[in-house]
Amino acid sequence: MSRALRFAPLALLAVLIAGLIWRLATPVDTNVSSKLEGQRLPAFALPATLPSKPGLSSRDLATGQPRLVNVFASWCVPCITEVGVLQQLKARGVAIDGIAVRDRPQAVADFLSEHGDPYERIGSDERSQVQIALGSSGVPESFVVDGRGVIRYQHIGPIEASDVALILTKLEQAK
Amino acid sequence: MRILILLLAMLCAAPALADSNLPPAYWANRQLPDQRQEAQAQALMNELRCLVCQGQSIADSDAELAGDMRDLVRRRIAAGEKPATIRGWLVQRYGSWISYRPTDEPAAWPLWLAPIALLLVGAFLIRHRIKLKARN
Repeated sequence: MSRALRFAPLALLAVLIAGLIWRLATPVDTNVSSKLEGQRLPAFALPATLPSKPGLSSRDLATGQPRLVNVFASWCVPCITEVGVLQQLKARGVAIDGIAVRDRPQAVADFLSEHGDPYERIGSDERSQVQIALGSSGVPESFVVDGRGVIRYQHIGPIEASDVALILTKLEQAK
Repeated sequence: MRILILLLAMLCAAPALADSNLPPAYWANRQLPDQRQEAQAQALMNELRCLVCQGQSIADSDAELAGDMRDLVRRRIAAGEKPATIRGWLVQRYGSWISYRPTDEPAAWPLWLAPIALLLVGAFLIRHRIKLKARN
């Protein structure tokens, strides 16, 4: 066995350790992004969650103006802080619709009266079917939909105060 | 005594549940009456990746979203859709990530080539050994 070959296992170990350290330092992004960005919304029609607000269908999202579709739930903890930021966006003229995933009307009503209600329409997605059709993998997630009903941007996770500028830019670009 | 009260108080704390307040979807944990269709659904569900417990299939996962995906698969199979169509529909939305079945995209080539490469290395090593033995 040659001298160089004798050190091969050691070199292999060094490479392995370097690889492990690198992956620990820069973890993999486990978010699954929707492949529908840039494509037309799939056709859907969700019944109303609340008697006071209409439900949501894909036709309501092709009105000539960009809209923000927020996939949320009353049982989702990050959604509580997000709804405050959505209120800010609403105050700046953003049209926001909600998709309530696996939720009960009473729970949604309580959630909105406690934390604020930025939504024009709320569709009830009891079996996550529209969430899956949109390529969304959790709550909260938001989609910027342009006036023709094309998905222009997917935001994974809550929209935080620091994301307001980003969302406004995406909505502007969708005009 | 104080510690006991503290421990008892902890029992009352509402845990931050990341689960909804609805029961599982109808077909999430229920077999289709038609055995052939159920077998088709099972085979597909074993090859679809759960979006929540990544690394598990939707057949294995207890996540609510996995249950809703099983419901979706069973409903579509029951409606006469082919498993390949359902898989394609999901791949359109989540990318080939969602399916465990290896594809022929360039990213998967090492997976197909590795067994051949390992066989070649093995053959080379064996030949080397035989030569060494013959010389001794």
